[in-house]
Amino acid sequence: MAAGTKKTGTARKILAGLALLFILLGLYFGLIKAPPDANQGEVQRIMYLHIPSILIAYLAFFIVFVGSCLYLWKGERRDDILAHSAAEVGVLFTALTIIEGSIWGKPTWGVWWTWDARLTLTALLLLIFVGYLMLRSLIEDQNRSAVCGAVLGIIGSLDIPLIHMSVYWWRTLHQPPSILRPDKAPWDNIHPDMLWALGINFLAFSFLFFYLLSLRFRVGEAEEELKRLKLYGTT
Amino acid sequence: MTILRQIYWLLWKDILLEIRRRETLLSMFFFGTVLLFLFHFSFEIPPERIAEMAPGLLWLAFVFTGTLALTQLFHVEMESQCLEALLLCPMDRGAFYLSKVLFNFLLMVLVELVVFPLFGILFNIDFWRHLPALFSIVFLGTIGFCALGTLFSALTLRAHAKELLLPLILFPLIIPAILGTIRGMEIILGARDLQELFPWVHLLIAFDVIFLTVGFLIFEWVIEA
Repeated sequence: MAAGTKKTGTARKILAGLALLFILLGLYFGLIKAPPDANQGEVQRIMYLHIPSILIAYLAFFIVFVGSCLYLWKGERRDDILAHSAAEVGVLFTALTIIEGSIWGKPTWGVWWTWDARLTLTALLLLIFVGYLMLRSLIEDQNRSAVCGAVLGIIGSLDIPLIHMSVYWWRTLHQPPSILRPDKAPWDNIHPDMLWALGINFLAFSFLFFYLLSLRFRVGEAEEELKRLKLYGTT
Repeated sequence: MTILRQIYWLLWKDILLEIRRRETLLSMFFFGTVLLFLFHFSFEIPPERIAEMAPGLLWLAFVFTGTLALTQLFHVEMESQCLEALLLCPMDRGAFYLSKVLFNFLLMVLVELVVFPLFGILFNIDFWRHLPALFSIVFLGTIGFCALGTLFSALTLRAHAKELLLPLILFPLIIPAILGTIRGMEIILGARDLQELFPWVHLLIAFDVIFLTVGFLIFEWVIEA
């Protein structure tokens, strides 16, 4: 147990180092190396943070879905801790995405917020998973909280495509995708330095995400251990 | 005992209790009516704009009264540990779920049948010839609302502050049902091309089918947790 903890501790430190390194690199590429956008100018640079953070948020919620399914199927505590941890970190990245988007939206669209489909969808995603965290904290019994959380995690993930569809039909005004377009290859649409900035920042956010996730996971495990110690006096 | 008979008896139990106590349905009726008055005082809607605002106001009134019913849905079972006794019966948990969905649906439909005409009279809106179409789309939305709401009502059963928690987790997730119903009603009331209605009807049907199925399958974990 102690040896395993030490090993994962080292791995976590490496992850933290990589995250820091890539964040600095990403800042250099995003702020200095990449040229300003032809239409939007310097404001566009916030996209190097905005796009990675929403992608990571979706990754986090995918992990919630997988962890929830595994927990209901097998009933292993660590799957539940994983889902709960991923939801917490996911909420953080979703909130970041919305804040970054607002900062970008004010100079570009002239408003902090508009009821566009993708904005609405992201805000709803945040609300759904804040609800998930509320549910987890308001049910005291651990197993019950885990089961209810898993059910909500699954339902929430299944509902996202439907919400997506409905708000899209409702209205849309967001930027059409500028990199992944059907008519051209990604590298034709965009300056290579911009693509680098985006890629490096994506890696930086991924490292940061997995670092935070493993940290939160460890906290969950420690809570488990503490509970066991209180109950039986030994692990 | 087949699953249909199980659903029938479970539903009958709830109906019988409601007939004898008359608590939930009556409070829903009055709450719905009070909401109509509140809406009128809050918005002072000019007569020419009532047709475009009616769908949103009506459906919100139904969602709020429905939520009121949902918070009480398992109340009977929680009293004197009836839930434990009920779970001892060799019955399909899915049947239990469907009976509760049906019961909540029944309550909401009864309220809708009264509030709908009342709205027409109070706000002086001429929607009588659209009534069958409006009812159909509202029923579709109500099924979806009950499918998800029943599941979440059971989910929050043993949580602290469950009455507060339920709308918090339910409302973001029923957005498709809310949007589908309101847009559908707008299209019908605006006498627009019915072709526009199809995507929303399909969305509502998909929502209903998906969450009735998921609820049916997953309820076992929720209620036994």
